[in-house]
Amino acid sequence: MRPILSVARRELSTYFGSPIAYVLLAVYLVLSGYFFYSDVAFFVTFGAQYLPTALWRYVFLDFRLVTLLVLPLVTMRLFAEERKLGTIELLWTLPVRDFQLVLGKFLAAWAFFVVLVALAVVPFAVLYVFHPFALGPPAAAVLGLVLLGTAFIACGLAASTLTENQVVAGMVTYGVLVFFWFMTWNEAVGSEQWIRVLLLLSLFDHYLPFATGTIALVDVAYFAFFIGFFLYAALRSLQSRTWRGVV
Amino acid sequence: MTERGEIRAEALMKRFGAFVAVADISFTVSPGEVVGFLGPNGAGKSTTLRMVTGVFPPTSGRCTISGHDVVRDAIAARTALGYLPERTALYTDMTVERYLRFVGEMKRIAAAALAGAVGAAMDATAVAHMAQRPIGTLSKGYRQRVGIAQALLGDPDVLILDEPTSGLDPEQAAEIRTLVRGLADARRTVLLSSHVLPEVESICSRVIILAQGRVVAVDAPARLEQRLRPHREVAVRAVGDAGALLALLRAVPGVLSVTGGPEPDGVLRYVVGFAHRTDIRREIAAAVVGGGMGLLALEPVVMTLEEIFLTLIGRPDGGEG
Ligand SMILES: Nc1ncnc2c1ncn2[C@@H]1O[C@H](COP(=O)(O)OP(=O)(O)O)[C@@H](O)[C@H]1O
Ligand SMILES: [Mg+2]
Repeated sequence: MRPILSVARRELSTYFGSPIAYVLLAVYLVLSGYFFYSDVAFFVTFGAQYLPTALWRYVFLDFRLVTLLVLPLVTMRLFAEERKLGTIELLWTLPVRDFQLVLGKFLAAWAFFVVLVALAVVPFAVLYVFHPFALGPPAAAVLGLVLLGTAFIACGLAASTLTENQVVAGMVTYGVLVFFWFMTWNEAVGSEQWIRVLLLLSLFDHYLPFATGTIALVDVAYFAFFIGFFLYAALRSLQSRTWRGVV
Repeated sequence: MTERGEIRAEALMKRFGAFVAVADISFTVSPGEVVGFLGPNGAGKSTTLRMVTGVFPPTSGRCTISGHDVVRDAIAARTALGYLPERTALYTDMTVERYLRFVGEMKRIAAAALAGAVGAAMDATAVAHMAQRPIGTLSKGYRQRVGIAQALLGDPDVLILDEPTSGLDPEQAAEIRTLVRGLADARRTVLLSSHVLPEVESICSRVIILAQGRVVAVDAPARLEQRLRPHREVAVRAVGDAGALLALLRAVPGVLSVTGGPEPDGVLRYVVGFAHRTDIRREIAAAVVGGGMGLLALEPVVMTLEEIFLTLIGRPDGGEG
């Protein structure tokens, strides 16, 4: 456990020692705050409807976009920078295991993301003070957002093990995530059975129920699988030095 | 039985795809010994050291550090190890002290002992006055010192340094050489690599010469020189009559061979050989001057690394001389 925490702490201190963390924090909060405000304004204008489908749904679909925009920028440096600095070679000779390196990096990005989400939901508390509402549905939506973001982080972490170039790592992450999003965009991509399979795999189709306040086991299991898959991919990618060497 | 601090490599082989980077390397380094890997670029020094340090496993063969297999018993083997990679491995945004604290934590130094260990490593490498400087603002020489400080953390039994002076200017390189020589005490095993013969000569008690992924010779530096060259040599540069100079040189007692002749610029250059452990340079100079020749220079003949490898590869020899 200690090596995991050491890796995570070092990562976060580098992060907050540079402007990147603050810029990303500011972008996330300004965008999510704007979306929250505009969705509430829309809801008020068009009058009394059911909150989960008329307000939370839109707010959390918007938050999804902001998260998709920001998280690949958080994760792209994780291993790419270690490769670029050459520090990865040192890490590989220290008495730590590869999975501890992966989990330490993952934990650092995840902690940062949790801070983003915690700050992004502050406007909800303000709204609650003036107009109390049922807390269950937005709480479910926050859980969904955290799961979605954690899945983004796992994917971005795996991408960052592939290259020493942060931009490449970021672009690969966007590519994979957008593919998992748009894959069910258009029914014309295939037959009906094929669409059903794609729906099963689509990141955003598993997020939608959370946004309207429904927690389903199948959706939670999907995210757990997605996260586990990419963390394992990151681990295997690090171990490819066996045949790839130090590059 | 293996002892603490022993490195034992058996038939290490490494392939990258179809390319064989290390063909077959076996060697043993005894506890407390200071051994140098010498070889031209691409000889397989870094690849071998990476297998020893556990960066990646060998394609075949095995290696132990203090009796721990570096693949199967990796964590135990690495706990006794300090490693300076050929490419510096420094977080440039961190201060020296924070960087060393991080590496110390990763080396499992107890929290209570960490500050003391970091201080000792900084003192040993004379970087204590730079403790609060971001590593990115340090000179190359200081960065290398920080790299060595990092390797020293945890007081490892085995220190592995991959080309510790490469990329440094001559003055910095000399400082690092002095530092490394000071680290080699009876308790600590040091294995370092270099592509410069004098460097290995000045630090190591034994040299392992690699070429094309194989061991081509193992010996003490002085004896290596003896094996490579039948006798000591000095080059005489002078102006005057070639035949007369040749006769003068041959007449000096102790001279075993004379080769050479006029250079393109008209200066005469003769390489004079004489027995190891003798020094007849004064007699040679006196003979040249006494014979009425204009003596321009008396230069030591240093074998270049290329010459050494050509000689060795010409007659491969993995034995202990
Ligand atoms: N990851 C790799 N993939 C392919 N070839 C490699 C890799 N790493 C090293 N090599 C090759 O292996 C040989 C030995 O390299 P290296 O051990 O770095 O030599 P040295 O350290 O003695 O200069 C070189 O020809 C090098 O190009
Ligand atoms: Mg090398």
